[in-house]
Amino acid sequence: MTVAEPDVGEVRVQTIATSDDVVRARQLARNLAVECRLSLVDQTKLVTAASELARNTLVYGGGGSLSGALVQDARRRGVRLTFTDQGPGIPDVDLALSDGWSSGSGMGLGLSGARRLADDFDLRTTVGAGTTVTVIKWTH
Amino acid sequence: MSDRVPILRIGENLLVSIQIDLDDQTVMNLQEDLAAQVVKYGARGVVIDITAAEIVDSFVGRMLSTIASVSRLLDAETVVVGMRPAVAITLVELGLSLGGVRTALNLEQGLAILAKRASAGAAGR
Repeated sequence: MTVAEPDVGEVRVQTIATSDDVVRARQLARNLAVECRLSLVDQTKLVTAASELARNTLVYGGGGSLSGALVQDARRRGVRLTFTDQGPGIPDVDLALSDGWSSGSGMGLGLSGARRLADDFDLRTTVGAGTTVTVIKWTH
Repeated sequence: MSDRVPILRIGENLLVSIQIDLDDQTVMNLQEDLAAQVVKYGARGVVIDITAAEIVDSFVGRMLSTIASVSRLLDAETVVVGMRPAVAITLVELGLSLGGVRTALNLEQGLAILAKRASAGAAGR
């Protein structure tokens, strides 16, 4: 299926290198969600997804960055968040996306939970090279 | 940089209010501080007020479950109060049901649950 690329607004970048940066990544997500005028529930879902993904970037990816932007297609507005790291990558994506699976100390809900909370979810990973996760939350 | 969340003591109960945007280390510190204070003061109840928390992610959710379990082992009941509706909806979608964690809509009702437990416990002795 071909999806038309949405128009992308100004891209804001947050480095994710410390636990404080995870908090800043959440704040960036919140600011974009408010600017996009997402509903309160959708704002909460997006910021929660951002928190999970930012933590993954730090803990499993060894740090990386968040690029966030407002996007717009023919019908609606949205917030797009892209988390990138140059970490070890994910050998078994299906396993990593299943509930309860965790290689760390979490509950294993980070990736699978973020996928449920977002409207669009895209994961690209190469073992030994890194992982990029993109989520979009659209206005309804 | 990580901070300490202040823990207030009201009678036999401990009260923490999660106000700021907590980083993971602060969350871990709170878990340990609460367990230590439950023992130090012989607290019978712990109230965690999340009225001001805009989100509860899996890390904080796990912290709430852990505090409830640890407190129970130390003979104290935990009540989480003030969850926002959007937070509740998001937690369920995230896959966290917070089983084993007592909740109340607000601080007053949370304290009432603990008072009832305390009086039931006293009557049973």
